[in-house]
Amino acid sequence: MSTTQKQDAMKRIEAELKKCVKCGACRAHCPAFTAFQREPAVARGKVALAQHILKGNITLDNETYSAMSKCLLCGSCVDKCPNDVPTDEIVIAAREALAKQRGLTTFHKAVGQVIKNRKVMNMGAFAGAILGPLFFRKVPATSGLRARFPLPFVGAARHFPQIAKKPFMDRHPEIIHGEPGKPRVLFFVGCMTNFVYTEIGEAALALFRHLGCTVIIPKGQQCCGLPAMSGGDLDTVRQLAEENLKALEAHEADYIMTGCATCGGALHKLYPQVVGKRNPELAARLKAVADKTVDAAVLLQKLGLKPEETGAADPLKVTYHDPCHHRTAGIAKQPRALLKGTSGVELVEMEGADKCCGLGGTFNVYHYESSMKINAGKSAAIRATGADAVVTGCPGCIMQLSDGLKQAGDATKVLHTLQILARKIAKEK
Amino acid sequence: MLDRQILEKIKAIVGDDNVATSTQDLICYGYDATQMEFLPDAVVHPGCSDEVASLVKLANQEGFPVFPRGAGSGFTGGALPKGGGIVLVTTRMNKVVRIDTDNLIAEVEPGVVTETFQIEVEKLGLFYPPDPASLKFSTLGGNVAECAGGPRAVKYGVTKDFVMGLEVVLPTGEIIRTGGETVKGVVGYDLTKLMCGSEGTLGIITSIILRLLPYPDAKKTMLAVFDSIDGAARAVSTIIKGKIIPTTLEFLDHATLVCVERRFKLGLPEEGRAVLLIEVDGDRDLIEKQAGQIRELIEPLGVVQFRVAQTAAESDELWRVRRLVSPSLRDVNPDKFNEDIVVPRSKVPDVIRKIEAIQNRYDIPIVNFGHAGDGNIHVNIMVDRSKEGQEEKAHLAIKEVFQAALDLGGTMSGEHGVGLSKQPFLPLELNTAQIAAMRAIKRALDPKNIMNPGKMLPLE
Ligand SMILES: Cc1cc2nc3c(=O)[nH]c(=O)nc-3n(C[C@H](O)[C@H](O)[C@H](O)COP(=O)(O)OP(=O)(O)OC[C@H]3O[C@@H](n4cnc5c(N)ncnc54)[C@H](O)[C@@H]3O)c2cc1C
Ligand code: SF4
Ligand code: SF4
Repeated sequence: MSTTQKQDAMKRIEAELKKCVKCGACRAHCPAFTAFQREPAVARGKVALAQHILKGNITLDNETYSAMSKCLLCGSCVDKCPNDVPTDEIVIAAREALAKQRGLTTFHKAVGQVIKNRKVMNMGAFAGAILGPLFFRKVPATSGLRARFPLPFVGAARHFPQIAKKPFMDRHPEIIHGEPGKPRVLFFVGCMTNFVYTEIGEAALALFRHLGCTVIIPKGQQCCGLPAMSGGDLDTVRQLAEENLKALEAHEADYIMTGCATCGGALHKLYPQVVGKRNPELAARLKAVADKTVDAAVLLQKLGLKPEETGAADPLKVTYHDPCHHRTAGIAKQPRALLKGTSGVELVEMEGADKCCGLGGTFNVYHYESSMKINAGKSAAIRATGADAVVTGCPGCIMQLSDGLKQAGDATKVLHTLQILARKIAKEK
Repeated sequence: MLDRQILEKIKAIVGDDNVATSTQDLICYGYDATQMEFLPDAVVHPGCSDEVASLVKLANQEGFPVFPRGAGSGFTGGALPKGGGIVLVTTRMNKVVRIDTDNLIAEVEPGVVTETFQIEVEKLGLFYPPDPASLKFSTLGGNVAECAGGPRAVKYGVTKDFVMGLEVVLPTGEIIRTGGETVKGVVGYDLTKLMCGSEGTLGIITSIILRLLPYPDAKKTMLAVFDSIDGAARAVSTIIKGKIIPTTLEFLDHATLVCVERRFKLGLPEEGRAVLLIEVDGDRDLIEKQAGQIRELIEPLGVVQFRVAQTAAESDELWRVRRLVSPSLRDVNPDKFNEDIVVPRSKVPDVIRKIEAIQNRYDIPIVNFGHAGDGNIHVNIMVDRSKEGQEEKAHLAIKEVFQAALDLGGTMSGEHGVGLSKQPFLPLELNTAQIAAMRAIKRALDPKNIMNPGKMLPLE
């Protein structure tokens, strides 16, 4: 990799860097700063370091790597920055430059290999790689992945979710026909729903069928690529984006729907913003996909789902956690409105509902302790509401919230909004 | 440069983990909100006053400078390590030690973020009024060192009005306590007040005793749009003459309104030339009455629109006008110099007119807004640094703005302090005898000139 190519990644964000006036406002909103309490971890510090990389005052060495790794790409700083500094984009560019200079880490190399390869994913090795350490015990000893992961990643107390026996996509045909004249909805399933929390996929399917929609689950769809993006592996992200484009373009549809906030964020915002900028020849296609992408809860509301028809009878007190990728897309009211309308459901707000849960893509892998420190505040806020369940719109958050609550010995359930909404119709079926 | 041996000694005091020397760390503690930058030799994070004292003693022995730093949100470069030395960061000292509900006082460490503290006391029905716009991230130590103020200063005063006592590590390394926990106390010089606003040049604040108030029952927010800046300014003195002291009296001049409107389209009346945001707090019935009185008092002064918030959400909506000012300024020009002069309340229109003349003379946009209630105006000189000559022009204009404030009986800073950026202008405001007296104090307390050297007082 030549110096020019390394510099390219940084040059792309040069103009954005100038916007930062070092006011420090991001100190109040950055979960990484909350955990580390040191300036290199806060948005302002990362921006300053990126500026000095460009000036040539620092190199892409261990210290720079360490600072740039302390970011959950949660976008909180971007939301609150008075000067619209896109620190998340800046960190992605810096990680790309770091990856080009130093090579990918063993972990991220494995991530890239696995998410690019459907067959491997179907074997369940996906989970072993992406969620890596989280699923370590589930990875077959023969997969060769075990040897690659240093054990210290695995916290003894960590809670591991189960991997589904049969992936969601293998259980359903590609096209599930609905009523004529009703919307055609492309379902971008996402890895977590496909391989781990298949019940979320089932709930989505039940709900859209209830509305008479035709649901299409495009066969060729891949991982959205966010785990690779978080490691600076933009080549893999581009490859996956292209395959997803192909899969999604293969069908006529009114909407592209996703039940995963992270996938939604990738399709809706990061593909055009990050992949599009690097690959102008794809930009128009990425933009078209972005324009059609809608979160499942938002779409259900838009299509006129009557939550009172769908809710089950057993009363349930819930609290709602806003996934970062929803917050940055302005999705907050819609899922709450649906939950409030569901019979038997009482919604109580927690303090800091829109604060990051601490997962942050692969942040959780490299900074597990800090990740759980951020999560501890969340668990406490959830517990303070006395809710029976915490509900959210992102399978990643579900995993992180479960880990935190279970470790704290808390029996609060963690559910996806779609699961609550689908309780009754799922039973009737 | 600090040699290895000194670094080892520093590490022995605070522990390895709390000393950073990589270029990356130095960069991240070399800036503040001024956009100036100077790299320190090391960044040190002490955990208690004894460690701070040991560090300062070592600095005296070895002769290296110490730069106290809170959140680094200062607007005048006070925490910047110009010339090198150690940056001493207070973030680890961030405990609210106690809140005494019998005596309405609290003891805090300097690294506590202002808003965090406010939330803590509000849970107990108490109130800590100082509210710099940076309260979500600046530290109480930094607030005391800069004597920070905010919109509520009209009624409640600024940080120093709430500081009852301090623990300070003097520049020689001794730990002293100043003031105390009693409302009265007249023994000796008032070192507490001397430390407030001393910008880290006279010692490091390691503990603060703050006065609290009961949380006001209710508040009411009003927004008045005037057809002239004179009307708005006269409204301020009229309200106060009418024996109402609002919590807040914020104003936006015409240039500011144009900026906000262009970017955010709030639909303010076109004939509006100035806006006053007025807030009263206290007993529920009383503030209803006051809101009515205020309206009556100011209506004849050219009010073209008057809005009263009925709910918290509406109040928030009215405050939005003020909050949107900063984000909309960048549309004028990419870079700004933010000065914060103060004039007697009644002189606000005069100084605005003088500033308009300066703007025309130099042909650079100047946008004014701020705290009309205490005559504290944020003068924003908008330039494009990348264009040749603009920065120099701005500096000349700034000097004239200061002079205009001083001519009207004002001062060149109400909130941001002197630090590095206003240091060259100090002799405009202070005469030789005043500066000499201040130097004598500095020399007596800091014989080796190791505590935040080169700041505030002009170089000899
Ligand atoms: C967006 C924005 C809005 C602002 N609004 C206001 C406002 O409304 N009103 C206002 O008054 N200011 C305002 N400021 C300026 C700034 O926030 C205040 O001066 C604040 O008090 C600085 O606190 P800090 O913790 O960031 O201190 P720093 O910037 O870290 O330090 C400021 C000074 O205090 C000294 N210092 C810090 N801690 C200690 C200590 N423990 N002991 C001794 N000296 C110490 C430093 O050496 C330095 O000289 C604003 C700044 C920004 C960026
Ligand atoms: S990133 Fe934004 S909020 Fe943070 S210091 Fe820069 S301008 Fe301020
Ligand atoms: S994206 Fe999140 S973690 Fe990263 S710098 Fe911004 S606020 Fe901090």
